[in-house]
Amino acid sequence: MSNDFLQMHLKAVMSCLVIFLYKVHTTKAGQFFSSGHTNNWAVLVCTSRFWFNYRHVANTLSVYRSVKRLGIPDSHIVLMLADDMACNYRNPRPATVFSHKNMELNVYGDDVEVDYRGYEVTVENFLRVLTGRLPPSTPRSKRLLSDDRSNILIYLTGHGGNGFLKFQDSEEISNMELADAFEQMWQKRRYNELLFIIDTCQGASMYERFYSPNLMALASSQVGEDSLSHQPDLAIGVHLMDKYTFYLLEFLEEVHPASQANMNDLFKVCPQSQCVSTPGHRTDLFQRDPGSVLITDFFGSVRKVEITKDTINLTSPVEPPIQRSGSGDIQIESLTYVDQLPVAEIIHQKPKQKDWHPPDGFILGLWTLILLVFFQTYGIKHLKHIF
Amino acid sequence: PHPGTRDQFQEELVIRPLHSGDIYASFQFRTLWDTDFLQERQKKVSHYRLFPKSLGQVLSKFSVRELHISFTQGFWRTMQWGQPFIPSPPGAELWVWFHHTVSDVDGNWKELTNVLSGIFCASLNFIDMTNTVQPSASFKPLGLGNATDHRFLRYATLPREIVCTENLTPWKKLLPCGSKAGLAVLMKSEKLFHSSFHSQAVHIRPICQDEQCTSKAWELRQTLNVVFDHYTSGQGKKEWSLFKMFSRTLTEACPLASSSKVYVDITDNPELFELSPATHLLSRAVVLGDRRTYSVYDLTRAETFGQLRSFNLLLRWKGDNMLRPLLHAERYVAGFGLQTGEIHTVIYNNHPYRAFPVLLMDSVPWYLQLYVHTLTVTSKSRDNKPSYIHYQPAKDRHRPHLLEMLIQLPPHSMTEVTVQFERALLKWTEYTPDPNHGFYVGSSVVSALVPSMVAMSTNFTQDQPLFSSFVPVKEESSYFVRVYTEPLLVNLPTPDFSMPYNVICLTCTVVAVGYGSFYNLLTRTFQVDEPSPPLAKRLANFIRRIRGVPLLA
Repeated sequence: MSNDFLQMHLKAVMSCLVIFLYKVHTTKAGQFFSSGHTNNWAVLVCTSRFWFNYRHVANTLSVYRSVKRLGIPDSHIVLMLADDMACNYRNPRPATVFSHKNMELNVYGDDVEVDYRGYEVTVENFLRVLTGRLPPSTPRSKRLLSDDRSNILIYLTGHGGNGFLKFQDSEEISNMELADAFEQMWQKRRYNELLFIIDTCQGASMYERFYSPNLMALASSQVGEDSLSHQPDLAIGVHLMDKYTFYLLEFLEEVHPASQANMNDLFKVCPQSQCVSTPGHRTDLFQRDPGSVLITDFFGSVRKVEITKDTINLTSPVEPPIQRSGSGDIQIESLTYVDQLPVAEIIHQKPKQKDWHPPDGFILGLWTLILLVFFQTYGIKHLKHIF
Repeated sequence: PHPGTRDQFQEELVIRPLHSGDIYASFQFRTLWDTDFLQERQKKVSHYRLFPKSLGQVLSKFSVRELHISFTQGFWRTMQWGQPFIPSPPGAELWVWFHHTVSDVDGNWKELTNVLSGIFCASLNFIDMTNTVQPSASFKPLGLGNATDHRFLRYATLPREIVCTENLTPWKKLLPCGSKAGLAVLMKSEKLFHSSFHSQAVHIRPICQDEQCTSKAWELRQTLNVVFDHYTSGQGKKEWSLFKMFSRTLTEACPLASSSKVYVDITDNPELFELSPATHLLSRAVVLGDRRTYSVYDLTRAETFGQLRSFNLLLRWKGDNMLRPLLHAERYVAGFGLQTGEIHTVIYNNHPYRAFPVLLMDSVPWYLQLYVHTLTVTSKSRDNKPSYIHYQPAKDRHRPHLLEMLIQLPPHSMTEVTVQFERALLKWTEYTPDPNHGFYVGSSVVSALVPSMVAMSTNFTQDQPLFSSFVPVKEESSYFVRVYTEPLLVNLPTPDFSMPYNVICLTCTVVAVGYGSFYNLLTRTFQVDEPSPPLAKRLANFIRRIRGVPLLA
């Protein structure tokens, strides 16, 4: 009898606990998803090499320019350009990258900071930046130091196909790898919300496999369609920009840091009549309604401004002259510069004593073989001569 | 500037018209930092005034004694342009002397290259053991000190590295005034990179703090050398002005600078060119073994800017003249095919009667396997035996070749150094994404003490112009110069990267068609199968089965 009573009591307690925990969990989750972000990051990648892929670099630089203009500082932008177009010897206007053949807007600008360039733009480095698993000696400017309240904008452009994106004409990243990387980021709480934009052929295939929450994705073309480039410039000799990013840049040029434009306007950028391909988007993994998400949530930056009406006095930092310790007491000999080419010294230089390293590899194996053969033929009892 | 602190900042621009109609502009910004944290008491520094904090932290964390890094686009043409004030090879070059208290030099070197790649936005993290060398006699420290144990020196060069605005931006941020005031306003990337030669460098070293030289101070020199070509700038006549070169004029000196001057080399005036506005301030300096006269424009004085409050120089060429530098080197690859080749380094001594020694340093990557028994040094078609040779052979995928030789160059001669090599086959993952471009071999470095026509001054004074006080002068009769040769571009045998795919397709086809049909042939059994009878017969058989009567055939 007491057993049954005890069991019933236990069951009641357990069910209460379960209900209590469930309530706590939902309120916490609800709180988590409706809270805003506190900082913004951007990862902008151009994956193509060679001069005829000038337009991909121009694409990335125009998004970089917009993102900087709307407030994200260089320290929060990871810019990866697989090749150098601005100072390329084929560029008739060095240190410039143009988006339109009227050559009005130099998207390269005067204060650009490229974090990964040339051969450093590889699939491995891109995934390492996203997941944060970088070697310890990586400098700060090459890291994505986001936390769980960061909104991240990721922009990829290059040549792609159904389910993959080509890096530097030698390797690919598949849509599954990308989805797994985002899942890793979610599990390590490296983002609050993430906006993924891709401008390649068959770009919609890259976001098909996403399964982590809080992801919104945009692509320039559907599966089976090609993204087309905008217009060539006869002076430079190549196509300057892709259609989707060109109209995206046009749209973003009208956005200012206090703008109230939302994601629905972004989805309308470059309809099929302008782009020839059909841009696509994916919002099912996103918690909030796209109509309530501002463009500046991803392209701009949150700034905390404190206004004060008090005056602050700045003290002038005049330090007393540093007294050279014991300059009068001890006789310090004057220091000299080194002779740049001491011929006599060099000729009579003794060879350096190299540090002794224990033998490794081939030599060690050879000696082991010799010893083994020796002891095989003459027996174990000779070992006592050594030990 | 406060009288209490002894930090100092000086900026200077030297304009040297060249004989070919081009113009050479050299900016030097020097920041003196009066602190010595490498002493034993290890006082932590937390207040940075003029010296940039990012570099100060690098120096203290890695116990760096000297740091020299340069980024160059283009090649310095010694025969047409003479000797530069600060030489640099194409690409990126980094050499560092570490303090003798460092126990793990290689570890510090690796971390230092990573940190610098973040500071300068360059791919310096590609510097590793396969392209770092430890010269045994070249690259002695340019700063104070007496211990020169070459175990603490590391040298690496990346000839493939490009320079663009993304490297200029962080370089400009290191200046106390940034690019907002002083001479740095002239640095607009659209003009600077539209030139024949562009080189920006950072040199950090300890120097004498005062005349008695009893204590050290850190010196940070940021130099930018650029040569504007009148052909590429698209102008027919040889006429230059500050506005044409930089698309800006000067309006003020940097307020934090104790001296801000513009020097124009007028030694060849008035035969070669004409300068306006003229000035009475002249300065004579002995630089690179030659006594040159310079017009000085002091930007800290308001009258330099005139009534328009802007300062613009104008130079107009009149005639042509030829130049004959005393020391000159070039390098090329000879041979044909993708298996063997020969590296030729040619050094010219154009002095009519004096011979002098040069130290040649060659660093060749491991995939060009040098045959040192084929090394020959000939001068005037006779064998010239070097008085010092240091050769460190390469270890595959671990270490490059290092060859250092001290050669005595006879007067008025051409010395040729040849060595044969064989190209190695790399593993397929070691090829770059564009392997058909070729692989670069870094420039050779020729260090020499060239006899000077004019006596050089060995006194160290604070008032010397910056361009003549970079290399410390030990004796009066010769000056130290470093000449870099061209980098080499060598094609390695490149495989066809689509072969793995081709092999998989072919193998699968062969297996499927060949083996598959063979397997079927061996294991398939045959059964005799009667064709199904027509409908009438089937019906008849069905009725017969019900009746129990034997079936039809």
